[in-house]
Amino acid sequence: MFENFINLYHGFHIAADPFNILLMAVGILLGVIIGVLPGLGGANGVAILLPLTFSMSPTSAIILLTCIYWGALFGGAITSVLFNIPGEPWSVATTFDGHPMARNGKAGEALTAAFTSSFVGAFVAVIMITLIAPLVAQFALQFGPAEKFAVYFLAFASFVGMSKEPPAKTIVSMMIGFALAAVGLDMVTGQLRLTFGSTELLNGFDFLIAVIGLFGIGEILLTMEEGLEFRGKAAKIDPRIVWKTWKTLPKYWATSLRSCIIGCWMGITPAGATPASFMAYGVAKRISKNGKNFGNGEIEGVIAPETAAHAAGTSAMLPMLALGVPGSPTAAVLLGGLLIWGLQPGPMLFVEQSEFVWGLIASMYLGNVVGLILVLTTVPLFASILRIPFSIIAPVILVICAIGAYTVNNNVFDVIMMLVFGVLGYVLKKTNYPLAPLVLAIVLGDSAEEAFRQSLLSSGGSLGIFFSNGLVSTIMGIGIIAGIWPLLQIALNRFRRVAQPA
Amino acid sequence: MKHFHALGLGAVAALGMTALSMLPASAAWEPTKPVEFIVPAGTGGGADQMARTLQGIIAKHSLMSTQLVVINKSGGAGGEGFLDVKNAKGNPHKIVITLSNLFTTPLATGIPFNWKDMTPVAMLALDEFVLWVNASEPYKTAGDYVAAIKAAPDGTFKMGGTGSKSEDQIITVAFEKAVGKKMTYIPYKGGGEVAVQLVGGHINSSVNNPIEAVSQWRGDKVRPLCVFDSKTLPYTDKILGDLSWSSVPTCVSSGVDVEYLMLRGIFMPPGVTDEQVAYFVELFKKVRETPEWKQLMKDGAFNQTFMAGAEFKTWLEAAEATHKGLMQEAGFIAGN
Repeated sequence: MFENFINLYHGFHIAADPFNILLMAVGILLGVIIGVLPGLGGANGVAILLPLTFSMSPTSAIILLTCIYWGALFGGAITSVLFNIPGEPWSVATTFDGHPMARNGKAGEALTAAFTSSFVGAFVAVIMITLIAPLVAQFALQFGPAEKFAVYFLAFASFVGMSKEPPAKTIVSMMIGFALAAVGLDMVTGQLRLTFGSTELLNGFDFLIAVIGLFGIGEILLTMEEGLEFRGKAAKIDPRIVWKTWKTLPKYWATSLRSCIIGCWMGITPAGATPASFMAYGVAKRISKNGKNFGNGEIEGVIAPETAAHAAGTSAMLPMLALGVPGSPTAAVLLGGLLIWGLQPGPMLFVEQSEFVWGLIASMYLGNVVGLILVLTTVPLFASILRIPFSIIAPVILVICAIGAYTVNNNVFDVIMMLVFGVLGYVLKKTNYPLAPLVLAIVLGDSAEEAFRQSLLSSGGSLGIFFSNGLVSTIMGIGIIAGIWPLLQIALNRFRRVAQPA
Repeated sequence: MKHFHALGLGAVAALGMTALSMLPASAAWEPTKPVEFIVPAGTGGGADQMARTLQGIIAKHSLMSTQLVVINKSGGAGGEGFLDVKNAKGNPHKIVITLSNLFTTPLATGIPFNWKDMTPVAMLALDEFVLWVNASEPYKTAGDYVAAIKAAPDGTFKMGGTGSKSEDQIITVAFEKAVGKKMTYIPYKGGGEVAVQLVGGHINSSVNNPIEAVSQWRGDKVRPLCVFDSKTLPYTDKILGDLSWSSVPTCVSSGVDVEYLMLRGIFMPPGVTDEQVAYFVELFKKVRETPEWKQLMKDGAFNQTFMAGAEFKTWLEAAEATHKGLMQEAGFIAGN
């Protein structure tokens, strides 16, 4: 471990080069812009800029590209809070409380909390990488299909019963999500499902299209109905808002810590940032004493998912470097970059290219500090966007959404789908069906199904594989408890009422 | 004058090509706007890596006057990307890189396209397949492994691969036939994931491409048993100890009579002119001369066969027939 510190010290020497610091700032700014534009996610941004970096040294290039990634992670929160449009999949959970906060005139607080928690999550993850990188890589190897399914199961289970709507509506919404996720190619049999001979449906429903439509367009439709007013208009813009919010944050340390653990764990496994953010939100709602108020603009509901998403996003870099398995689409593109620079990710990278690896890890520390400073200075600026009249900003949002939807697959059909999802989102909201389970099912439905069927293939159809070793049994066990927790609570309350008749 | 000069150079280049030497010398074509480079697979896979390397090489050496933009269209096992090219009739600003899904996707899914719906440009290389096991397993040769499979009941041994009814599963079925025992085939999303599942001991073997598993081999986590080619690989750089790609025997010589190579080729939409095809053939010939490309070939232990024109078409005909035969035998044809 001591050796790690010496390596890290050398890494800082490389990363703290003025040119590299400049690249960090440029990367973060580009990343924030990319994160703000829905659809033009981190993966696209990195892919577009990848060829530009071939003339740089691999260390400088990866610093620029990873900073774009950090920037996109930060930026995704901005549109979630302001317009209820998650710029990135892992920001969906941030909208649940972030947007209500903005509507209550607390956009500045929500943004500050989101950025700060992002930073905390990422920082804790980097420290973990520094200290226990080799151990962690070993742990990730234990995850076969059964273990992965158990993690997804836990993500679903910790989400069940958290919405205020009746359970039946939650289930309906989740099932619509599963059905949508099933469209396209079935990976396990190699057959097309539910495409009805249409070539447009070959690709299935992209998560981002659904989210931009359901949340973004749906929100605009609702606002139009309610008299063309942004409900967050009364926000007072105070430059000291960052400081004021910071003073309130330490008391949520327990939520932060929990979310960090969830995030790091999900990033390594590698299930990714999106399930991490949902799980952290679900757990926080369950455990926090303000849990009942979640969904109405509770600051903890912003802290939990943002911390977890960033902890996961950052720790996902580790399996990529140590095992060559990308933890996210962005990481996949970065992986391609590494190969072009002649770096082979894998068990030997840490040994053979230790200068590069530790330069990268040092840049994670510096990049996040630079990023935090940059984005926090923009809080008053972004919060003031809400003061622009709705009649001006709504068409702008619509155009950005349409461009975003088009960018995902360069397909006009997706723009039409986005509008369809918008109407669906509006209808579901008016009829009080929760959107979150639908979104969760679209995001994780495919992967969960895949892992489930891979497990059954390898066990010859026996469900025993989900309890075949300590690791998978533990995760499944926690998942089952989380799933039936609401029932347990009801039973417990009844029991208490019977025991102490009022 | 500069313009004339460029024209002249292009004409000389076109003349240099045997297949196209009959063309009038004045017709050299050049792209006038960014060229879309379709990848009919997801980001991070073998085809995507190659496409992005090509993009990088072309940009770095300024081999093209306009930009090359990589676009992933992976829907329907790549069918989305191929249909996009098929439907862009006469558009010379679009090229597509292929993998075996050029043949397997229409057969397995019934998505309506065929390589004849597009214009073949060139074969860039052929990708090899290697039989891998976890390094902690006792099998030192393909013979050891086959003996173990034969001794166990059907379906005991698990083979991991990329996708379903694709090249990896075709090889697995051919392997099963050669061995005379069934295995359990488990499909994963990408080759990198398969390699890690093998390292983690969740599957017994894989047929990863060299580039997908080489880093795990260097780390002594996996062991190559044999290569599914007719001769051993020419690359002699040391990878693990004294071992190099050239020390991996062919499967045929180890008693497993299976050979398979995957096309890494370039196609254009239908209805483009011969000059437009010639431009891209020349472009990729230049790419093959760059040190970056040579490094990629070495890293991935590729079979460096290059083909264009009539020769390429003949190869494609034969490859299509082979795939049809293999898929029919395996029962992978849609609608069956």
